[in-house]
Amino acid sequence: MSDRPILRFESVVRDFSSGGGWFGERRVLRAVNAVDLKVPAGRVTGVVGESGCGKSTLARLALGLIRPSAGRVLFEGEDLAAQSRGRMRRLRARMQMVFQDPYSSIDPRWAVGDAIAEPFQVQGIRMSRAERAARIADLLAMVGLDPSQAASLPHHLSGGQKQRVGIARALALEPSLVVLDEPTASLDVSIQAQIIALLEGLKARLDLTYLFISHDLGLVRYFCDRIVVMYLGSVVEILPSPDAEIRHPYTRALMDSAFVPDPTRRQRLTRATGEISSAFDLPPGCAYAPRCPHAVQRCRIERPRLDPSTHPVACHLPLDRAGARS
Amino acid sequence: MSALKPLLQAIATPRGAPAALVLVSVVVVAILADHLAPHAYDAQNLMRANLPPSADHLLGTDEFGRDLFSRILYGARISLGVAVTSIGASVAIGLVVGAVAGYAGGWVDRILMAVVDLTWAFPEILIALVLIAILGPGLGSTAVAITVGYMAQFARLARAQIVALKGETYVEATIGLGAGHVHLLMRHLVPNALTPVLVAGMLATGDAIVLEATLGYFGLGAQPPLPSWGAMMSSGVGQMFLAPWVIVFPGLAIAITVVAINLFGDALIDALQIRNRLREG
Amino acid sequence: MALLEVEGLTIGIGRFTPVEGVDLAVDRGEVLGLVGESGSGKSLTAMALMGLLPLIRGEVRSGSIVFDGVDLTDRPPDLHRRLRGRRIALVTQNPMTSLDPIRTVGAQIDEVSRLHRGLDARSARARSLALMDEMRIPRASAVHGQYPHQLSGGMKQRIVIAMALAGDPDLVVADEPTTALDVTVQAQIVRLMVDLVRDRGLALVLITHDMGVVAQACDRVVVLYAGRIAETGPVETIFAAPHHPYTRALIGCIPTEGQRRGTLIGIPGQVPSLVDYPDHCRFAPRCAAASATCTSAAPALDAIGASRVACFHPLGRDA
Repeated sequence: MSDRPILRFESVVRDFSSGGGWFGERRVLRAVNAVDLKVPAGRVTGVVGESGCGKSTLARLALGLIRPSAGRVLFEGEDLAAQSRGRMRRLRARMQMVFQDPYSSIDPRWAVGDAIAEPFQVQGIRMSRAERAARIADLLAMVGLDPSQAASLPHHLSGGQKQRVGIARALALEPSLVVLDEPTASLDVSIQAQIIALLEGLKARLDLTYLFISHDLGLVRYFCDRIVVMYLGSVVEILPSPDAEIRHPYTRALMDSAFVPDPTRRQRLTRATGEISSAFDLPPGCAYAPRCPHAVQRCRIERPRLDPSTHPVACHLPLDRAGARS
Repeated sequence: MSALKPLLQAIATPRGAPAALVLVSVVVVAILADHLAPHAYDAQNLMRANLPPSADHLLGTDEFGRDLFSRILYGARISLGVAVTSIGASVAIGLVVGAVAGYAGGWVDRILMAVVDLTWAFPEILIALVLIAILGPGLGSTAVAITVGYMAQFARLARAQIVALKGETYVEATIGLGAGHVHLLMRHLVPNALTPVLVAGMLATGDAIVLEATLGYFGLGAQPPLPSWGAMMSSGVGQMFLAPWVIVFPGLAIAITVVAINLFGDALIDALQIRNRLREG
Repeated sequence: MALLEVEGLTIGIGRFTPVEGVDLAVDRGEVLGLVGESGSGKSLTAMALMGLLPLIRGEVRSGSIVFDGVDLTDRPPDLHRRLRGRRIALVTQNPMTSLDPIRTVGAQIDEVSRLHRGLDARSARARSLALMDEMRIPRASAVHGQYPHQLSGGMKQRIVIAMALAGDPDLVVADEPTTALDVTVQAQIVRLMVDLVRDRGLALVLITHDMGVVAQACDRVVVLYAGRIAETGPVETIFAAPHHPYTRALIGCIPTEGQRRGTLIGIPGQVPSLVDYPDHCRFAPRCAAASATCTSAAPALDAIGASRVACFHPLGRDA
């Protein structure tokens, strides 16, 4: 387990524009706002945040599915935006994604076995029919499905089973990095737990690196080694371990909002007031200032940067400093 | 095979069954005209002109003494044949143009759609007349006219489908596997985009038959002695009160075929929509 | 007698029986949690309470829904329709689809007051503004004139709740009201709803799949599995000493604070399909404690302390 980063974001910015043309004004949404991040190999890095925080965009940037508007994304030291098509295809074999919605992540007209073997087809890996069938059976078994399911169509499977197929397909090319974009958000709780257990087993068995994107803080704290907290496109805190002392007010608010399944611990306080602002008109200072109970004038003018420590936080008044008690 | 299921479901409805029966009959007639027709379609006998229906001439004779029944049977071959081949070609071209436009986006999309919209702006009959003025009347020109005239709707439909499908998660997933454009288009996008385009094609066939008949009526389509239903109606106008069967029967043939196509098309649409809803349930 | 008492509710759709023998009761000032995963029948139960089953070609096959002493299943459907919006209100999951996109949100709340309370335009608007304040919507008069697309998800949901309360109902049925919202907003909305129950003496039936929400908001809980009640009881008991193996397994599926990775197991297998619901205990195939009895008959709902459990081998029976 080395600490060499398998994935690096260097001042990555990603904008989306909407409107424009003759009648609308052109507006720019800054989904990812100058993010610097290292994802170490062999560990589970969680990215948590609410809607508009940019975590899904980050996931797609990580796999080169979209290009940064500025900055670089480096996978195993290679700048994804600078690759030739052929080289990119070969790189893709080493980094795969498991998507949130199992219902739409497999082509409804393809049999499950064909979908799992598609990676081989796309990458030009030739194999005999017997070999192909054997690999499909292996992959199905690896994700806990019966090999006889290979001929089934997706709509015959349950949500949990479809997600297992998605995982099998992501593992077909034996990637080193797997990006999991809310892989269990659409599933029932009992199935979610099954899938998480499956992912744990696979990580150990195949020595994978996970980038685990979720809005569920409880799940992230359970599953991840380190946790990146995002808000409106910026990284506000990176927790080096799930039980690290929380330093950013937003992370605190997120923690307080999570409903603890224990009726004897009823929380009355809500730390975050108001709603998440729009990423179209980002304020000049700290993006969280409008909602932060501790915000001062400096917070509204000057954008805080992530401090370079083992527990980075982007805040002028982090919670461990004098004054702000949690 | 999953493609047959909606077809069978459509046939199993109160509208679909008789419509399918009629269509199958028309197709059979078109194919077996040589064996079913009691007379040659161009066998003239001026002594037996404008005869009413009888045992020898089931539907009577026209102004040249030709057997109407035989001419209608062969007419099925012409009308259906031209309509199906032209629409088939139109669908194929429209599909390619629409898919490329929808997939590529940007200026490729804009240019292609501008051309498509240009053809769409004109009624098919106008396009047909212009093409025939250039190419001269005849079956071939009619086929080209139909192909060009109907292409726009298929291109638009295909493009809309592709654009919508581009956003599907499985497309993104396949790109993530390293798939190239061709693989994406041919294995995922086009197959999923086919259904509405094919159904539209089917319904357009009915329109095409009418268009062919219209052109034939003006003498611009199949040239005599070819038994185009429309041309038969045209020549029947002169005899309308003397021998109404000459105009009525071809007209009925057109009407029945087109109505059957539309009814079956509707039943097919219903079957497909219900299937989609059930799948999501 | 509680405000709402449901006994033996059995719902049928075509030849299927997705809900069977459900009992529940909720009184004013109380929050009842109706918890279950997909296919448990919780949304159908909500629709039955609202009298909306005909919309999906469903019907109450047996059982009773007694609201304020009147059995709604025994009366013409018109009675239920008149109660809807007025004394029994519904809050649904997706505020995007419950709001009319081409009318201002204020007009939509006004409409409820005018329809159910017979108020004129001016009084209705005043009432709407008061409600919006109660919903903790800032700058209510400005928001009143806005359209749904101009508001965030959390705001829209507050509007939907305001609409639900505009008729001044006694009972509110909330079907997954916070599932589509962000976590911090979820917390606000749930707290708001609980406060409303206490302040106004409402009865709230809160339908959810989220055990965290249940723990924080509910007084009593009904746990549904595959169309039947698995367990029902006070929220403290359900979490501290669950009697039904499914309840315990379900709670175990949620990672707790400080839980080490590698200990989350989940429940093996999956929910039986509606198409072949067995007559015997439906949880048996996935239950670690299942015996031969469990696959031969359906367990009855028996009382254990303040709870009721449908299980042949309930946990902690002798506790």
